[in-house]
Amino acid sequence: MEEKIKAKVMDSRKIKRALHRMTTEIIERNRNLKNVVIVGIRTRGIYVGKRISKLINELEKVNVPVGVLDITLYRDDFSESEAQHMVKKTEIDFPVAKKDVLLVDDVLFTGRTIRAAMDSLIDLGRPKTIQLLVLVDRGHRELPIRADYVGKFLPTSKREIVQVRLKEIDNSDEVLITEPPGIK
Amino acid sequence: MAFTHKHLLGIQNLTVSEITTVLDTAESFYEISTREVKKVPTLIGKTIINLFFEPSTRTRSSFELAAKRLSADIVNFNLNASSAAKGETFKDTILNLEAMNPDAIIIRHSCSGASHYASTFSQSNIINAGDGSHEHPTQALLDAFTMRQEKKDFQNLKVVIVGDILHSRVARSNIFLLRKMGARITLVGPPSLLPEEFKKFGVEIDFNLDHAVKGADVIMMLRIQMERQTKNFFPSVREYRNLYSLSAQRFGRAKKNAIIMHPGPINRGVELTADMADCAKSVILKQVENGIAVRMAVLYLLLGGKDREAID
Repeated sequence: MEEKIKAKVMDSRKIKRALHRMTTEIIERNRNLKNVVIVGIRTRGIYVGKRISKLINELEKVNVPVGVLDITLYRDDFSESEAQHMVKKTEIDFPVAKKDVLLVDDVLFTGRTIRAAMDSLIDLGRPKTIQLLVLVDRGHRELPIRADYVGKFLPTSKREIVQVRLKEIDNSDEVLITEPPGIK
Repeated sequence: MAFTHKHLLGIQNLTVSEITTVLDTAESFYEISTREVKKVPTLIGKTIINLFFEPSTRTRSSFELAAKRLSADIVNFNLNASSAAKGETFKDTILNLEAMNPDAIIIRHSCSGASHYASTFSQSNIINAGDGSHEHPTQALLDAFTMRQEKKDFQNLKVVIVGDILHSRVARSNIFLLRKMGARITLVGPPSLLPEEFKKFGVEIDFNLDHAVKGADVIMMLRIQMERQTKNFFPSVREYRNLYSLSAQRFGRAKKNAIIMHPGPINRGVELTADMADCAKSVILKQVENGIAVRMAVLYLLLGGKDREAID
């Protein structure tokens, strides 16, 4: 059975505006943009990160490199999950030590992914700062983690699913709230 | 894509997609060993036992480093002749170790089938690190990983395996793996060490190395086990060298971009001449390096995720 789509909370125009606003905030907050690097968390964080990098370049003519972080090896739910997760590559071909690292993900939920991402990043070097950007913050944190830049705050119930779809891999730009099949 | 085995006993019962999963996973682990902090917390809290009934430095250390780079705890048991002389049976040894609650046991034993036997009563994940002349699956996987790095594709790759095929678990695991992946294999060696029965595996047999290397993409030299030389499988080392040693002249008959492999340890001047071992086409040290990534992948795939039903 297909999951049920309950609401479309962002369309491509809204996503674009949110990205523009967050880019401006990043530029405001980081006087030394040349020291900023972007690290996108697999999978959709990569594309959000790339778009932010492009927008920074358009506005400020600064080239901010984008790396890819795979957090599978740092997950804390190995013994709980059913089968193993496929490990993919971490591809960060620039040093993160002493950099202002902008960590990017699509959805902020429990905060466990971000915990894993920060542990992973710190093993690669000691960043000067780590800032967090998410397209959607849906609440229900299980760890004391917050984002520095948020595209949209979205109050949700825990059983709902927030789906971010991005043109690069999903053929459309939208944020949906869905429910798993079998729940009324 | 998933890898659902509880144990890694051999290549023979793996599917193409499972082999590919291991190789792809190893691809991701490769980079960890190049970092300044060569460690990830993935298998924290897991205990692994390296149980070696036969001497080994490379395979044992490779497993040990792989486990440590995944943050698992690993204990080495090297049961040489003296401790076996105390009379404990293989089964009792395993049961004793199991009482210490390990998660995985890596076994090397001189008897073919030792790991399989252990898997019939053990609760732990069993990894075969070489059993007699049966299989050495992680060696074949790291060889495949190295070939894929160099050659991209296994389809119609011509692989020549040279040496003591009869006693070689490395050869058997490689034959199983490469045949599944679509490579063409030619086995070469003296008739006393290369039984005709190997043709059943869908390989070609050639007793003439000069002839066999023609057009080869990969030449894999196996170690001549000097300790078996007492049994007179060939008249003399000098004769073996004359007929089956890889020299520059012989290597010249292979394809231009052919590579030389060897599972180690090499006998310089026997299986291959020193200049061949050190030349740019030799990937022998890459094999060692890749061994860690491949073993990390195997440990991860067996130990990551929930306990699985034994299907081996």
